[in-house]
Amino acid sequence: MGMSHIVDRRLNGKNKSAVNRERFLRRYRHHIKKAVSDAVQKRSITDIERGEKVSIPARDIDEPVFHHGQGGRREIVHPGNTEWVAGDTVPKPQGGGKGQGQGQASPDGEGMDEFAFQITQEEFLDFLFDDLELPNLARKKLKDTEAFSYVRSGFTTQGVPAKLDVVRSLRGAHARRLGLGGARKKKIRDLEAQLEALKAAPDDLDPAFSHDDQIQVLEDEIARLKANVRRIPFIDEIDLRYRQHLKQPKPATSAVMFCLMDVSGSMTQMHKDIAKRFFILLYLFLRKNYTKIDVVFIRHHTSAKEVDEEEFFYSRETGGTIVSSALKLMHRIVESRYSPDEWNIYAAQASDGDNWNDDSPICSKLLAERILPMVQYYSYIEITPQDHQMLWYEYEKLLGQFPQSFAMQQIADPGDIYPVFRQLFERKAA
Amino acid sequence: MSSLIDRPTTPGPDQPQARTPISTSSEWTFELIRKYDEEIAKCAAEFGLDTYPNQLEVITAEQMMDAYSSVGMPVGYHHWSFGKQFLQTAKGYQRGQMGLAYEIVINSNPCIAYLMEENTLPMQALVIAHACYGHNSFFKGNYLFQTWTDASAIVDYLVFARNYVSECEERYGVDAVEEILDSCHALMNYGVDRYKRPSPISAAEEARRQTEREEYEQRRINDLWRTIPKAHEGDDPVHRRPRYPEEPHENLLYFIEKNAPLLETWQRELVRIVRKLAQYFYPQRQTQVMNEGWASFWHYTLLNRMYDKGLVNDGFMLEFLQSHSAVVYQPPFNSPWYSGINPYTLGFSIFSDLRRICENPTDEDREWFPDFAGTDWLETLHFAMQNFKDESFIQQFLSPKVMRDLRLFALENDDQADHYLITAIHDDPGYRPLREKLARQYNLSYREPNIQVWNVDIRGDRSLTLRHIPVDRVPLGQDTQEVLKHAHRLWGFDVHLESMDEGNVVARFRCPPDQGDDA
Repeated sequence: MGMSHIVDRRLNGKNKSAVNRERFLRRYRHHIKKAVSDAVQKRSITDIERGEKVSIPARDIDEPVFHHGQGGRREIVHPGNTEWVAGDTVPKPQGGGKGQGQGQASPDGEGMDEFAFQITQEEFLDFLFDDLELPNLARKKLKDTEAFSYVRSGFTTQGVPAKLDVVRSLRGAHARRLGLGGARKKKIRDLEAQLEALKAAPDDLDPAFSHDDQIQVLEDEIARLKANVRRIPFIDEIDLRYRQHLKQPKPATSAVMFCLMDVSGSMTQMHKDIAKRFFILLYLFLRKNYTKIDVVFIRHHTSAKEVDEEEFFYSRETGGTIVSSALKLMHRIVESRYSPDEWNIYAAQASDGDNWNDDSPICSKLLAERILPMVQYYSYIEITPQDHQMLWYEYEKLLGQFPQSFAMQQIADPGDIYPVFRQLFERKAA
Repeated sequence: MSSLIDRPTTPGPDQPQARTPISTSSEWTFELIRKYDEEIAKCAAEFGLDTYPNQLEVITAEQMMDAYSSVGMPVGYHHWSFGKQFLQTAKGYQRGQMGLAYEIVINSNPCIAYLMEENTLPMQALVIAHACYGHNSFFKGNYLFQTWTDASAIVDYLVFARNYVSECEERYGVDAVEEILDSCHALMNYGVDRYKRPSPISAAEEARRQTEREEYEQRRINDLWRTIPKAHEGDDPVHRRPRYPEEPHENLLYFIEKNAPLLETWQRELVRIVRKLAQYFYPQRQTQVMNEGWASFWHYTLLNRMYDKGLVNDGFMLEFLQSHSAVVYQPPFNSPWYSGINPYTLGFSIFSDLRRICENPTDEDREWFPDFAGTDWLETLHFAMQNFKDESFIQQFLSPKVMRDLRLFALENDDQADHYLITAIHDDPGYRPLREKLARQYNLSYREPNIQVWNVDIRGDRSLTLRHIPVDRVPLGQDTQEVLKHAHRLWGFDVHLESMDEGNVVARFRCPPDQGDDA
């Protein structure tokens, strides 16, 4: 028969349900957001980069339809009878069983089935950072001296031989030859046809109408036209096309993130974990917006030091605190390695608020004069359930002065991390 | 369950044959699929199966989940509920709780069937026999499908629907469209005229007439509501006023589409789209036992025929029979896997037994089925396939032997009694009542509450009143209030629902809910 048509569909339309999935997530975004923010609080720091299981109470996603309820008289046919005969009775199960008439289900349906599903890491991050925006996202425009890239921008009639586009040039030449010669070639064909006809026809007896003359005229005309056509050059100057490239300034798509943390004796591991999670959030958030991100870790007690991640989070120090040492170091690093023209600079400082009292005014001065003018955003989080100390009040003075690029918040326990992060990066009404 | 699998004897005198199987490996190739399809088609032709042309589409497991979650529509409009379906399917599949439906087949011309690439060759052959020749011939032959669906137009109509929904989303926003679709889906089971023959779906017609309809409908609806009450009519006692509609109306979506006062034209069109889909799926909902039974009977018969012709080997048959017995397995009522009667089992058993009754009738068969016991089995099976739906099919053809084989019994659960009561079993006095009860179970108006449009208060507050007629005092379920919210969204004014048992209102619902007492 062979009427059947066999099609291999494996390669096309892989994700037909993607839109429907997206619609589903959109509809339940409130549930999912809550699950995501719960997860951020519970998860260990290193595995923030995976998807998450989300559970939604089944009753919230039910699609209601009219259906029969419990009660009344129902008769149902079942398979697998072993011992019964018509007229037998079977005791109803005690309690909770079906068919008890009315009202055995708890009205609020607590503990009912959940609809659980997995969201991907990408979706997780989307929900995590939903509604958030990088402050001063306007990326750095580069000055003339900085990076450019060349982009193709069509063709031009002038250029260097190296950029000659042969195919395009020949195509133009061909078109020109057709344009100039086409009509003449047609004429030649017509005349040749006439000539042929004339030669084939018997000659007129009257010499005044002799074909020879007409043939001569035609042949001359044909020769003239052919010479004309031959004079059309195969390729001409005006056919040449060169690839054109334009220089485009490249926007800075790289960012550097400075993590500043107090590691003096008063900072416990709990403080550091909180700080770490905050830094991780910031890092993930930046990564959604920039292609390249450098992270610089600066820890300090009475003096500051640039360290690697491991040392930053896990080595312990004792002694006093001089915050300005870290600020100075950051400034030096920016000057030597991260020109503000090329880099988007973000900084997050975590501390328990302890500082040598005489140092705090120096810190705010350093920030105001040196650091804040060159960064996109500087956020300060103070991890303490207690009252603020000098540093906080000094920093507070900066708030009014740099509303766009400076923010500070207090975190008392891990549960605050995400809300505080959101607060710091909340999309500001335009 | 091998008792269910009586190997049929083959037609024709042409056996035994030398065994030259098409293939011996269980790996499939496109070439092999083509060959198997060709041979299965030849066998199907021997049995007179009349089908639409087939289109076999080889897809991945993920695509199968896609297809599965769009309830078997090859092209669907976008809606979150399909996304939910997909997540559910994917979860079950990934956990290994659930095998994927290994076949999906679409009632269209050509008939589209999906083959999953993970399947072994015997499975592909099973799917081809089951879907491309079983279901396909059912779609083409059964009267409900012929009456209610237009196989050659459905794909075009689905494309029209999807484009229309997308356009609406662009113009009116995703949320506005989603709301209407949600509400329509809630009433989708009430989007069909059960006793009237509908006009078949036609995409070209839809697209052409859609604009025309917009204007016409709006005018008509305005006319209905513009009618100004005449002074003397206002004096009539309420119950004497003629109702609108004069007769109860069972197609809620149709009624809403034509009469809802506030719906925008595009919203009416969305109601219509869901209604048309309800109509497309309506025959499937009513012929599950027959359709699956027919397809199972034929995959079984066709592949056995292949075996008899020597085209497949023993290994192939073993794998096939294993899948087959899993498909038609019926767990008994007291098994942890029991979830009601398996339509594959019931349908397969009835069709297989019909063949037996024709070929080897017993005295009992001659007494029960005098019309066809001992007659041509192919003719009888085709007649049964073409002219019935589940309810009438069971009523006509369920034999005492099948009732005995499945050990069927009827259990009564009356909330006013202290015990369950066994009302009938597979014995002489029980056969007929048992068959009636089982048939009734497949009657849609028994499975779903009987709810119809009763009245619209045209001259008053424009409220819509629905009536529910309970059967055997079975009340409405917990979703009722939620569904009324959807009805209210579409209708735009108050919606009432009354359960009327023998002239008394036994339950009342309304949306928006009553603030004060029920005066």
